[in-house]
Amino acid sequence: MNKIYKYSFVTIVLSVFLVGCSMTKTNSIATMANDNITTGSIKNNLIQGSTLKTDSKVPRVFYFEFDKVMLSSEARSALRLHAQSLRSNPAKIRLLGHADERGSREYNMALGENRGNVVRDFLVQEGVSNSLIEVVSYGEEKAASSGSNEDSWAMNRRVELK
Amino acid sequence: MKKTSLLLLLFSFISLSAKAELSINITRGIDNPTKIAIAPLSFYGNQPPEDASKIIEDDLKRSGLFDPIPRKNMLSFPGTIKDIYFRDWKILGAEYLVVASLKLSGDFYQITYSLLEVHSSRLVFTKIAKGSKGQLRDLSHHISDEVYQAITGIEGAFSTKVAYVTSLKSNKKILYKLMVSDVDGARERLILESSHPIMSPSWSPDAKELVYVSFETGRPAVFRQHLANANRKQITDFRGLNGAPSWSPDGKKLALVLSKDGNPEIYTFDLRKQKFIRHTNHFAIDTEPNWAPDSKSLVFTSDRGGSPQIYRLTLKNGEVQRLTFRGTYNARPRLAANGRTLVMVHRSAHQFHIATQDLVNGDLRILTNTSLDESPTVSPNSAMLLYATKINNRGVLAAVSLDAGVKFLLPSKQGDVREPAWSPK
Repeated sequence: MNKIYKYSFVTIVLSVFLVGCSMTKTNSIATMANDNITTGSIKNNLIQGSTLKTDSKVPRVFYFEFDKVMLSSEARSALRLHAQSLRSNPAKIRLLGHADERGSREYNMALGENRGNVVRDFLVQEGVSNSLIEVVSYGEEKAASSGSNEDSWAMNRRVELK
Repeated sequence: MKKTSLLLLLFSFISLSAKAELSINITRGIDNPTKIAIAPLSFYGNQPPEDASKIIEDDLKRSGLFDPIPRKNMLSFPGTIKDIYFRDWKILGAEYLVVASLKLSGDFYQITYSLLEVHSSRLVFTKIAKGSKGQLRDLSHHISDEVYQAITGIEGAFSTKVAYVTSLKSNKKILYKLMVSDVDGARERLILESSHPIMSPSWSPDAKELVYVSFETGRPAVFRQHLANANRKQITDFRGLNGAPSWSPDGKKLALVLSKDGNPEIYTFDLRKQKFIRHTNHFAIDTEPNWAPDSKSLVFTSDRGGSPQIYRLTLKNGEVQRLTFRGTYNARPRLAANGRTLVMVHRSAHQFHIATQDLVNGDLRILTNTSLDESPTVSPNSAMLLYATKINNRGVLAAVSLDAGVKFLLPSKQGDVREPAWSPK
């Protein structure tokens, strides 16, 4: 009991001392800066769609293996038909390259572009003018399927002809 | 029976409202966090709109280095040092005590706050912070910074912000948003909204502007936008990739990736001269440049060696040096402000984790254990990093300390959240 009394006496003395202290130590005054934030707005200036005349039954989406940019035989035969139609009816087209979600986003932008370039090179080889084709990569930003599993990933590793 | 259902209803209300609030789930903490007590802020007159002491408590708790004493255990609520009975805090095992009092003068808040060492009953400091009525949160974070620095010797990063991208699907359409919030997830604000993807936000060194990639023109393009007045300007409009912008710490340049010459290469853009300079020339993918703190070199991802790895490019002589050798996938490098710690995405056993590599001794350390971790961003004091991951098929932001001692999830937002970018001081 005695001990506790002594103890509190010491703390009272100390806090009195501290009050004296604060008078001299209060020298740091910080004033907050304002941080105004305004929302930006987007002007709409979208690129027009293509006028590709190939039979609508011919696939316009081509799929790729994981980490690969090789064209499948189905993709090649579909692209031959598109090339044929583009040779007789030249039209501006866009090849949208995509990657699955695994790995980093900007690296996937580069992968998507590589896939688009492979499709472009094939079409050019089949006689389509390079100047008609624009490759645009969306990386993993526009997934066709939102799941995080092998089936979704396979759907997302693709090039779309537009 | 009736009573139970009412209770249940009440409970579900509580859990609903709790969900919208800040949730700090520290999954792991350090072994001996410092015990600190933040006495509730004392005030005269009207109740302040926010609980400043709680904000400080949460800040310190989130750092993982502190174990704040719950308010309900406190025996007294001193607002100034003359009201302190050290006995009350020694009993609770507090090593440090923060007391604060708030005064409203005109439209300004003034907080006088003191940090005390309990065991020796020593005053560490008394300071004053002033701000407008809307800045109680800023004042609280500022106090957290001061307390954290006084005790740990490390500069606090509680007053910083984070930029990130969200996407929300509704009616088969996806809405993309660029957002900025306090680093604790509070005060979320919209910077830009688009029906086309937005990606790769990066801060200007003065934290007043953001650069990012937007697809609004139908292809990826780099934009800069001022946060205060929303002035935005398109910086690139080349064919192919226009991406991965990164502002140099000296403020003079952007590093970015362009594929206009055939394949992705690293460029810098001089903001004053408005001039692009190409720095790499390789048929492989070169991307994701990030600046060293001295603005003299860049780290970047390249698959020139057969798999994605991290390289360093010295700008003055164009010399390229490979930095990572472990694993078959190392990408998206970020250099911590300490210049020594390299942070990256590292693949291990088919899973993507966040890892650090010590550039002096070469030590590689995997910090995370979820499988789709990406986009690491380091706090300006090199103590923590934020990253994006997927939990239950949703994109969320998470944090981990660079020593892997502390981990927590950021409050969940609507839709998918990704690509955090931690602001400079």
